[in-house]
Amino acid sequence: MSIVTVQLGQCGNQIGHEVFNAVCSDVHGTHGLCSKKENESYHDACKERFFYQEESEVPVARAVLVDMEPKVISQTLSVAARSGCWKYDDRSHFSQKQGSGNNWANGYSVHGPRHKEAIMNLVQKEAEKCDRLGGFFTIMSMAGGTGSGLGAFVTQCLRDAFPTSFILNHIIWPYGTGEVIVQNYNSVLTLSHLYQSSDALLVHENDVIHKICAQLMNIKQISFRDVNQVIAHQLGSVFQPTYTVEGGSHYSRNPLGDLMETLVPHPEFKMLGLRNIPQMPENFLAYSTFSWPGLIKHLRQMLIANAKMEEGIDWQVRPPQPGSCIPSSRSTNKPLHFNTSIANLVILRGKESHSVDLGSFRDPSLYTSWLNPQDAFSAWRTPRAFNKYEKSAALVSNSQFLLKPLDSVVGKAWNMFASKAYIHQYTKFGIEEEDFLDSFTALEQVISSYSIL
Amino acid sequence: TCVFPLFAVGQCGNQVGCRFWDLALREHAAVNKKGIYDEALSSFFRNVDTRSGGDGPDIYKGKICSLKARALLIDMEEGVVNEILQGPLRDVFDSKQLITDVSGSGNNWAVGHKLYGCQYRASIVEKLRKAAEHCDCLQCFFIIHSMGGGTGSGLGTFVLSLLEEEFPEVYRFVTSVYPSGEDDVITSPYNSILAMKELTEHADCVLPIENESLLDIVNKIHQMINSGKLGSTVKQKSLVTSSAGGAKAVQEKPFDAMNNIVANLLLNLTSSARFEGSLNMDLNEISMNLVPFPRLHYLVSSLTPLYTLADVNVPSRRLDQMFSDAFSRDHQLIQADPKHSLYLACALLVRGNVQVSDLRRNIERLKPSLQFVSWNQEGWKTGLCSVPPVGHSHSLLALANNTCVKPTFMELKDRFMKLYKKKAHLHHYLHIEGMEQSCFSEAVASLSDLIEEYNELDATRGGPRTYPSRLKIAV
Repeated sequence: MSIVTVQLGQCGNQIGHEVFNAVCSDVHGTHGLCSKKENESYHDACKERFFYQEESEVPVARAVLVDMEPKVISQTLSVAARSGCWKYDDRSHFSQKQGSGNNWANGYSVHGPRHKEAIMNLVQKEAEKCDRLGGFFTIMSMAGGTGSGLGAFVTQCLRDAFPTSFILNHIIWPYGTGEVIVQNYNSVLTLSHLYQSSDALLVHENDVIHKICAQLMNIKQISFRDVNQVIAHQLGSVFQPTYTVEGGSHYSRNPLGDLMETLVPHPEFKMLGLRNIPQMPENFLAYSTFSWPGLIKHLRQMLIANAKMEEGIDWQVRPPQPGSCIPSSRSTNKPLHFNTSIANLVILRGKESHSVDLGSFRDPSLYTSWLNPQDAFSAWRTPRAFNKYEKSAALVSNSQFLLKPLDSVVGKAWNMFASKAYIHQYTKFGIEEEDFLDSFTALEQVISSYSIL
Repeated sequence: TCVFPLFAVGQCGNQVGCRFWDLALREHAAVNKKGIYDEALSSFFRNVDTRSGGDGPDIYKGKICSLKARALLIDMEEGVVNEILQGPLRDVFDSKQLITDVSGSGNNWAVGHKLYGCQYRASIVEKLRKAAEHCDCLQCFFIIHSMGGGTGSGLGTFVLSLLEEEFPEVYRFVTSVYPSGEDDVITSPYNSILAMKELTEHADCVLPIENESLLDIVNKIHQMINSGKLGSTVKQKSLVTSSAGGAKAVQEKPFDAMNNIVANLLLNLTSSARFEGSLNMDLNEISMNLVPFPRLHYLVSSLTPLYTLADVNVPSRRLDQMFSDAFSRDHQLIQADPKHSLYLACALLVRGNVQVSDLRRNIERLKPSLQFVSWNQEGWKTGLCSVPPVGHSHSLLALANNTCVKPTFMELKDRFMKLYKKKAHLHHYLHIEGMEQSCFSEAVASLSDLIEEYNELDATRGGPRTYPSRLKIAV
């Protein structure tokens, strides 16, 4: 099954480009560390998922590029074409001239309806190129105007036009200290609207990735390109082919569906976080050895303690003891800072991944009590190493990972809303105070739901 | 592309405008080596086919034929505009872009706004529509003028309200040169305050400029060069005051250096809309992020660096110095004290090889010494443009919406009241058709209201921080 990627706004297009780069370079890398047959299977599955191929040309990404100003798309198309490894379809993009001015209302209420037909035509064309459509993957930032506002509108359109398809929104959470002054307004409006039409929201926080670049990747002058490449690596570690069934004979054909089924049992809980281990500069790889027990132990503690990366993990945080656990849905004696999960997915790639014991992730004390522990945890595996890491593990988690950031953004937005600052900029384009209030209400509900896990 | 038509009104406006076109051509020549008419170039210039003589059709792609500025030059005296048309930039303008008269406005806002406004209204509207016709997308309009005289101040603000009428959706950015206390035009306070009302009501963003600040920068640079303290040579083209490398081969006039600073301000302001970068910033984003309440749209600007030394390697310490300089009064284009007042919002537009980590490091470093309003504690808007200005490896433009403009406006109001109480020179204004005493009282009331809005914000400083309670959800 194939995934159609919709790249929205500057951020969405810059990241999308790096994702296809990462996926392509992984597939052509010589460090598969597995049998030739396995490698070929992997290659074929990846190709079908992300690319289609015309006769003698390089693979063409299954993507639609959307932006309200022309410069980023223009650059993205030409850089991809020059790579010689893959490219975008020259016609599969839509841009305008003026941008959205960081104004969610402009993106949602003006650009959305105005350009709906043109954009959805492009999406339809890409969908038709797929033998089997596995769903949509949209990439956008929350802080600006296009990715956020137009992105929310397009997601709604996708839902209306493809009611049975899976929609996964990949969202970039902006730096805490501004990239955009009205970013908290834009974020609140985006999240509340996406919650209605999307199946799940997979989040990357700029602050977190920035720390990874600084502390793990040792990059001195960190650029957005560096940040985007780490994000692309993490996404690749989730969406490159895997066996989702124990002892399965072929790579999963329905990655988005499998992901939703496993991680989103209840529509009130759609916020997914992502962790990846190990992460290090490429030139360190040759000198490093990895052990599965070590990786799994660290990944589990990262989950429990809500650590953003494998350095600086708080090992003091422990799940509550079985004896003291009250079997009710409002258990309140979980220790502070303990990250309660609804569902988790661990993805193992590399040598001997099939024999790794993941029992520690099945511990019921990690999870909220209203789901059967068996249903709360899944594992996907492949012996094929990813992106030169001999062994690597990823965790996609529906847990309290994003509770604090969400609460922080809503708090800041509310603080600004109370003073009515910048509201005139939104009402100018048809988003009224009541719309804001509706969004705040929706998100307070989500915060409340995640808080009482 | 999205274009930026520029309207230069009055003597000052046209002198600055002239420097702007010259430096814009210089910047694009440095970036665009192949002489191809590209998107960036088209934001300020049309490409006209003049081979068959006269004004041919516009060429939208391919080689540069003849560049024409997207501009209107308006002046009620002929001196400055004539000089431009006889100078090295004459081919950049055609006669259809000019509106001139001979007698001037006598330093009288009413003459500029009411008399000439009325007289030239149809002509201005026609030329505006013609200018817009050539563009498939208008990003925003720029007006350059001074506040203290008659034409720039009066007719300039008349053009502003016409723009709002004809193109209500297009943003209006105004660069206004404010008179100093020692201004030799006695009626400059009247003109300025009458113009201020128009700016408050009809402009989206105003960048106030004070000659004193420009002069201070010019003098500072002279000192640096002449003192020989530098040790290494300064890149001539890099001086924020220099015309070197532009069309003007003639010895620079005294105001040229000051006007070049303003020209560079506009080039930097539009750089991220014209050139690519990892975090683009359009003009409409500037308006969106820096204007929390419609009337509070007066932005303090500072430019850095003022010059670059010849050695190319720039250690990050010098990069950090650039950020510090942007918050030093030496680099501001108006005399105000933002550090001791309240920030409502701040934008940093960086050009050149500067990355997001450099931005973040410096914001973290500078934040503690700046006071931000309680509802916008992290109020930073940032942009990263890959293309540096001519002669530099990087540069920074800071725009601040800060209550420090209040003293400037209060002083202006004081100077106004000194004259108004004595009814000095009022008759020169009142005998112009359309002018009444109420124009004056309304204008000063508008300014008083504006000052009061700043006062209310200042009053929130230093008090105990109370966060509004969040919505409670029934569980």
